[in-house]
Amino acid sequence: MHDKTLVELARALDAGEFSSRELTQHLLGRIDRLDGELNSFITVTFDQALAAADAADATRAKGNAGPLTGLPLALKDIFCTRGVKTSCGSKMLDSFVSPYDATVVEKLRAAGTVSLGKTNMDEFAMGSSNENSHYGPVHNPWDFTAVPGGSSGGSAAAVAAGLVPAAMGTDTGGSIRQPAAFCGITGLKPTYGRVSRYGIIAYASSLDQAGPMARTAEDCALLLGAIAGHDLRDSTSVARGVPGYSKELAAPLNGLKIGLPREYFGDGLDPAVEKATREAIAVFESLGASVREVSLPHTHYAIPAYYVIAPAEASSNLSRYDGVRFGHRCDNPADLIDLYKRSRAEGFGDEVKRRILIGTHTLSEGFFDAYYKKAQQVRRLIRQDFLDTFEEVDVLMGPASPTPAFDLGANKDPVSMYLQDIYTIAVNLAGIPGISVPAGFVGQRPVGLQILGSHFSEARLLNVAHQFQQATDWHRRRPAFAEENA
Amino acid sequence: MALEHADVQRAAHLARLGLNDDEAAGYVDDLGRILEMVDMLQALDTEGVAPLAHPLDATQRLRADEVTESDQRDEFQRCAPAVENGLYLVPRVVE
Amino acid sequence: MQWETVIGLEVHVQLATRSKIFSGASTAFGAEPNTQACAVDLGLPGVLPVLNEAAVAMAVQFGLAIHAEIPEVSVFDRKNYFYPDLPKGYQTSQMYHPIVGAGEVEITLDDGSTKRIRVHHAHLEEDAGKSLHEDFHGMTGVDLNRAGTPLLEIVSEPDLRSAKEAAAYLKAIHSIVTYLGISDGNMAEGSMRCDVNVSVRPRGQEAYGTRAEIKNVNSFRFVERAIAFEVERQVELIEDGGKVIQETRLFDPDRDETRSMRTKEEANDYRYFPCPDLLPVVLDQAYVDHLRSNLPELPAEKRARFEQELGLSAYDASVLSATREMADFFEEAKNVCGDAKQAANWVQGELSGALNREGLPIADSPVSARQLGELIARVMDDTINGKAAKQVFQALWNGQGASADDIIEAQGLKQVTDSGAIEAMIDQVIAESPAQVAQYRDAEPDKRGKMIGYFVGQVMKASRGTANPQQVNQLLKEKLDALC
Repeated sequence: MHDKTLVELARALDAGEFSSRELTQHLLGRIDRLDGELNSFITVTFDQALAAADAADATRAKGNAGPLTGLPLALKDIFCTRGVKTSCGSKMLDSFVSPYDATVVEKLRAAGTVSLGKTNMDEFAMGSSNENSHYGPVHNPWDFTAVPGGSSGGSAAAVAAGLVPAAMGTDTGGSIRQPAAFCGITGLKPTYGRVSRYGIIAYASSLDQAGPMARTAEDCALLLGAIAGHDLRDSTSVARGVPGYSKELAAPLNGLKIGLPREYFGDGLDPAVEKATREAIAVFESLGASVREVSLPHTHYAIPAYYVIAPAEASSNLSRYDGVRFGHRCDNPADLIDLYKRSRAEGFGDEVKRRILIGTHTLSEGFFDAYYKKAQQVRRLIRQDFLDTFEEVDVLMGPASPTPAFDLGANKDPVSMYLQDIYTIAVNLAGIPGISVPAGFVGQRPVGLQILGSHFSEARLLNVAHQFQQATDWHRRRPAFAEENA
Repeated sequence: MALEHADVQRAAHLARLGLNDDEAAGYVDDLGRILEMVDMLQALDTEGVAPLAHPLDATQRLRADEVTESDQRDEFQRCAPAVENGLYLVPRVVE
Repeated sequence: MQWETVIGLEVHVQLATRSKIFSGASTAFGAEPNTQACAVDLGLPGVLPVLNEAAVAMAVQFGLAIHAEIPEVSVFDRKNYFYPDLPKGYQTSQMYHPIVGAGEVEITLDDGSTKRIRVHHAHLEEDAGKSLHEDFHGMTGVDLNRAGTPLLEIVSEPDLRSAKEAAAYLKAIHSIVTYLGISDGNMAEGSMRCDVNVSVRPRGQEAYGTRAEIKNVNSFRFVERAIAFEVERQVELIEDGGKVIQETRLFDPDRDETRSMRTKEEANDYRYFPCPDLLPVVLDQAYVDHLRSNLPELPAEKRARFEQELGLSAYDASVLSATREMADFFEEAKNVCGDAKQAANWVQGELSGALNREGLPIADSPVSARQLGELIARVMDDTINGKAAKQVFQALWNGQGASADDIIEAQGLKQVTDSGAIEAMIDQVIAESPAQVAQYRDAEPDKRGKMIGYFVGQVMKASRGTANPQQVNQLLKEKLDALC
């Protein structure tokens, strides 16, 4: 059961092979047995999950089942979930039980999905390894000495380990695509504004975007259809119709024009990753696509621009954690300043403080123009690179990360950790969609192929990824950890 | 642009983050290297390029002026650290 | 040395929307603490703002009313600072691209002269909550009901030169926003508050002196008093060889002084940057034109019309156009009676006197504009005389009748104009007053005019005030002179 995709599970539920309750119980049992070691969940909602499964079974019995009814999934602990602890991986919110549902959570609930719980993540989504969680690091199911990637590391690891067939993540600089790549699953970051941000704890508001993480592009299509759409509660969500993402999956790739950004195959790229990536691209050629080299000349400015914009927005977004209305409050504050300073010093972890300090510094008087304004100008140039390129080609392809999953504890230095996101970060600055699909291995560790498209081209990306998965079986591989513990 | 101890202390105060001197010293080093990486931006000529605040060229949608929220004080204050008579309590503010 | 005062005002006007600027919570005043603070107002993790259309419309209406330019694009920024009444740790405001550009406001001074005060810009922002300092075991209580109430901050140029001008400017803003109906203007409830920037400079000097900012002054009177105190303080300070420092001060109305807000805070650094949760507000021309074509007549226009078309004095026009309620009342009374000057006199005289005595706003006047207009009409068509009119007014005020006519009828106040009846009364008075008649007859002819008053009084008394005073005068004179 835990090996199947969402689409397969839906078929089995329809066929009466098992009930949603049985499926849910099976997965909760696996979480119970396996997650102690893996640490992919912060909160498991056993009772709510079984109640939702029973409700889904009842709906199905009445003949009212939709495509997602009774399907289990997990939510990154960044999605506010009514009545459930929503920690964002932080001590600051360890005591926070959300009084409301994020729009994504509401939509998934309405679609009849069964949430098993909240997955581990880098604190406030700041990180690329899931080592910045207050709840401890998550292990990579393929190799316990490796990181699962971040910040949606818990979601990626849970799916890869067969604890849940799909999970929701968020991606501010690669936080869906990179952990999907590291864990050998499929992860889609939609166009900025495609999915409502309401109820998603903000890291960097102009970059954050939620998306599905699952075994296949087909499953991602199913989930994206359920969560996408205009939300009146999010000013930045886009009023634009949601296409039938599943319908276009089967389109052939004849004539597809693929661009390979020169800058994504340069220095720092692990040769084994490059080899796997180029072999994957060859598969597309065999499917009738043409490949040409293109250039995104401002690629190397993406990380510096990101580390101005994201921390600046974060420094402001995280000011609300002041120990007054919710969240951690220090003991016996002497005065107001002490309340603020100690509550925040105790509640936030190291990386979060680092980014708050960077953001505060770069926004402060005398520095704003040199940093923030400059970074926004560069942001325009980076977006323009993509817009220009998509005049020539349909999609861009390259590695999701320069290396496979690195060892836990390997990147102690923040700057070298930041540089890991070289291929994912520009995408958020430009607001375009991107998907990472399993495309091979380096030793035991998976490699992800990243496919990028123009704004609102999710249907095309899913189609391209799906066709690749029809021709390859990387996405069917399961880590020994999941197999042994069947 | 070099970063000094005082810059970190100043940012920490503005951000209301309690840092002792040792912690601040650690951040001077980290932040210094991050800013060094960021300073690469200065090499790029952006003369005449309009800053981009949002990735899409969208404009603000307006909400009708209607009261849609009802009182949920009890639920909201369930996760509050200190409340009395419906008020959030903080150490005395002196004006 | 002669000193000149330079004043600029930042007026914060709470806009009269039903819901908050970025959330659907109610803005009603006086609710139980924190019962009107929704998830968005509290800044719960994950919430997002959506801009209220009415707040935008009201801001634009104000801009149009002060003939300001309305930029096509305005942008919301975040002003970052920590304070318990500021839930998100930032205030959403407009720093660089405000919704209303430069405009001007005409103020009327006591002598009836006018002056134009330039407005630098006006921007939208959210109000903060309130800190309550009653003793909660030595703690401060925070009520966030007000958090997120839309504010329009109107920033003047430093064009004001005296406390009186500043008060007149504040009144002019008050009158514009209440005319537009975009604020209730209730200063006691904090619907209008202002920060006052004051500096002094030697008369003739061009450079501005160092200014002090007096925060949160919330009445016309306090503005005058705060400025008066501050000017004196600054002048004394400089004349004693001191220097004014740029600082924020608070006005204490109980002590009638301003004092420095001693905060441990070093200079603020608000780290403004564009709010990433809100997109640029783009106003298309058709929308602005639509709002423009629906603007009501504004105080300055009304004042000009009252002067030019109705022939009122500058003073009357200014008083009667000061508030929309006053102007509407006057205009209805005028339309009913058909005479602007009479209506102006009655509204400013009898009616205002009665309202002031009872401390009532004109909106709560027991005598309606129609009733007053009908009363004035009865004076003008000689149905009643002036004395009876006052009686009728009092009766209307006391609710003793539905209309002037009813009261005139019921109390028999109709003026007697039948000269036969008046002559009969005069004859009787003359017959009963031989001594006074003798005095009259013996007096020098140029003294007699004064002496006739006695007889008029007697006749009016005999008629219970209903005789037409002009007729009485005329006939008495004829009859008495005939006796001489």
